[in-house]
Amino acid sequence: MNFNDTPQEAAFRAEARAFLDANAPKYVAARRNETEAQYVARGKQWQKLKAENGWACLNWPKEYGGRGATPMELIIWNQEESRYDLPVGPFAIGLGMCGPTMIAYATEAQKREHLPKMASGEVIWCQLFSEPAGGSDLAALRTRAVKDGDEWIVNGQKIWTSGAHYSDWGILVTRSDPSLPKHKGLTFFFVDMHSPGIEVKPIKQISGGANFNEVYFTDVRIPDAQRLGAVGQGWQVSITTLMNERLAVGNAGGADFDEIYDLAASIKIDGKPALANPAVREKLADWYCQASGLKFTNYRVISALSRGQTPGPENSITKVVSAVKQQDIGSFGLDLMDMGGILMDAKKVPAGLAFQMNFLGAPGYRIAGGTDEILRNIIAERVLGLPPDIRVDKGIPFNEVPTGS
Amino acid sequence: MNFEFSDEQNLLREQAQSFLAKTCPLSAVRKVLDGKQPFDEATWRGMIQLGWTATAIPEQYEGLGLGYLELCVLAEELGRSLAPTPFSSSIYLGAEAILLFGSPAQKSRYLPKLAAGEWIATLAVGEGAAPVGPTRLRTKATADTIKGTKIPVADGDVAEFAIVLAKEEKRTASLYIVDLNGTGVTRKTVATLDPTRSHAEIRFKDAPAELLGTRGQGFEHLQQVFDRAAVLFAFEQVGGAQAALDMGRDYALGRYAFGRPIGSFQAIKHKLADMYIATTLARSNCYYGAWALSTGAKELPIAAATARVSATEAFHECAKENIQTHGGMGFTWEFDCHMYYRRAKLLSVNLGSLPRWKDRLVSSIEAARAA
Repeated sequence: MNFNDTPQEAAFRAEARAFLDANAPKYVAARRNETEAQYVARGKQWQKLKAENGWACLNWPKEYGGRGATPMELIIWNQEESRYDLPVGPFAIGLGMCGPTMIAYATEAQKREHLPKMASGEVIWCQLFSEPAGGSDLAALRTRAVKDGDEWIVNGQKIWTSGAHYSDWGILVTRSDPSLPKHKGLTFFFVDMHSPGIEVKPIKQISGGANFNEVYFTDVRIPDAQRLGAVGQGWQVSITTLMNERLAVGNAGGADFDEIYDLAASIKIDGKPALANPAVREKLADWYCQASGLKFTNYRVISALSRGQTPGPENSITKVVSAVKQQDIGSFGLDLMDMGGILMDAKKVPAGLAFQMNFLGAPGYRIAGGTDEILRNIIAERVLGLPPDIRVDKGIPFNEVPTGS
Repeated sequence: MNFEFSDEQNLLREQAQSFLAKTCPLSAVRKVLDGKQPFDEATWRGMIQLGWTATAIPEQYEGLGLGYLELCVLAEELGRSLAPTPFSSSIYLGAEAILLFGSPAQKSRYLPKLAAGEWIATLAVGEGAAPVGPTRLRTKATADTIKGTKIPVADGDVAEFAIVLAKEEKRTASLYIVDLNGTGVTRKTVATLDPTRSHAEIRFKDAPAELLGTRGQGFEHLQQVFDRAAVLFAFEQVGGAQAALDMGRDYALGRYAFGRPIGSFQAIKHKLADMYIATTLARSNCYYGAWALSTGAKELPIAAATARVSATEAFHECAKENIQTHGGMGFTWEFDCHMYYRRAKLLSVNLGSLPRWKDRLVSSIEAARAA
């Protein structure tokens, strides 16, 4: 066992690091009071520079704006890029989920038209999946698509659409035939977000931010040429997107072991560092073991990729463990600040507002990209081979399924 | 990045699995549980013949001189099968203590016998139902004898010799090698939570003792032995956790209630998913421990404590929730669930309890950050 790169990996890492060291620092610093639009603009500049130098969408084919890199090279690049605090957030969904779906289902001409612009950050894509009536039960979605000549007319509402307000295109799953059972009557499209009839409304979150949106569709016309997969095959196409989502949504981030350790070392309880308190030490040990377990689980996955093997299912635990850890560390950090734990002023509390942001952000992370409960179902079914839930809506025409409304 | 066992090590795993499946099925473990014998003779003899006792002992002491990764592989399989043998006492504790602190003469005298399985060794630390430490250690050493009572001592009823922690004046302590067949030693088997592993009470009455390591360094030496043994026991714990998880999963697939497999209920699925999560975290931390043990890394105290804590928690979680998944039948003597439950608790206290290891983990992190 060792943690070393192979010679080829080391050479690739050196090349990546040389590019990053020479170029990344200029794109790291946020301006004071940077607006979201300024943040997105900074991100587009960085993405463009990466694309011009062959560092965008590394695992995509070259003809679509990628590099044709191996999974291992992509991991090395991500490790190196994440050493800098770069504005890559706006592209995560487009490049992580929309792109791979287009690669799998779009025509050759469409791929050549859209993917290079996606890779270079010129256009940003979003994912129009969840609905008020279809969250964990995504296939319960109701947004209707009705064929009209060479076009489809779409009406309905999507929700939790990250970045819809600055996106140019989106991938969209709709219900084309409500008389068929739930999973069979779906059809998938890609859509110009500037089309007439699309209205985007931001949702204010409990953390105060507004990364998500409601997206309303009123008689939106989509050319049939922008259909991905056959009519009625929308569920299979969605699965392609969701498989990529599982890869894209990983460690919750935020304040982690190092931050709570430093806080416990700096705050005193009755004259002694909180770090000396047995109750504090026990929690620190638990979080260290979780963080370490996730880190080395990830190393095992990387080892398999490095050997050219398909990794096992171990990484499926990452989000479910890290999201709760993020929440508990945030909550306990506030406890350590005692009466001052409720303050929301970065100048008056330690670590900026890192623990406050953990506390307020983690509830969302426990839901986004698969709830804790859905992820446990996935582990139980796909890893342990337990039977799927018995469904009362199976085989019933969608428009006869009870909805409670 | 190469953070997996090699093909050769995985081949060793397959050999170990097939030997243990044939020689040491749960019915053999149960015979020890219900019977009088201290361990399963056929399994122990077979392990010796396969060279397992010699695995990590250097060739100059008639061992095979393979690495600790091989020993970790065997430990996981022994844990999975709940093998009732004195392997851990003799190898993880006895042989390791002598390798770490023995004089050349002591190594030459003891290690070949342990490698060949001719002798069984053990470590005698505990003194009843409270932790032993600098403020609580009653066994006393004079110049070359010791006096006191150790209980419980794993395999103390079958071992040829024990490495005994005893105190001198002024709260210092040292490790001593004591011949358990010699004068001044009486021992008897004691009842424990896990009768598949034999334990003894050993009384020393001016028993001849030979110093092991540096005088006055007993607690420090002991911690070094524990750090190494913790990694190996953690692999046993992960093997046990995986076996209990597999048993619960299989039962949930075959047992029907309300007209469906109980494994189709989310209450059971989520329970089994949590067992998988705990086992996966523990296994990955064990790999970290294996890396540190096999490379002599300075991170060993942190890696060992991390592996120990998460493997202890995983085995406990899987063993107790396996019983819960089985419902009432899981509570019967007839079903095998309780054998994992018993072993999980034995392994969670045998090197000192979970709270002490959590505290030690944080202390080791503090020390690393101060350095």
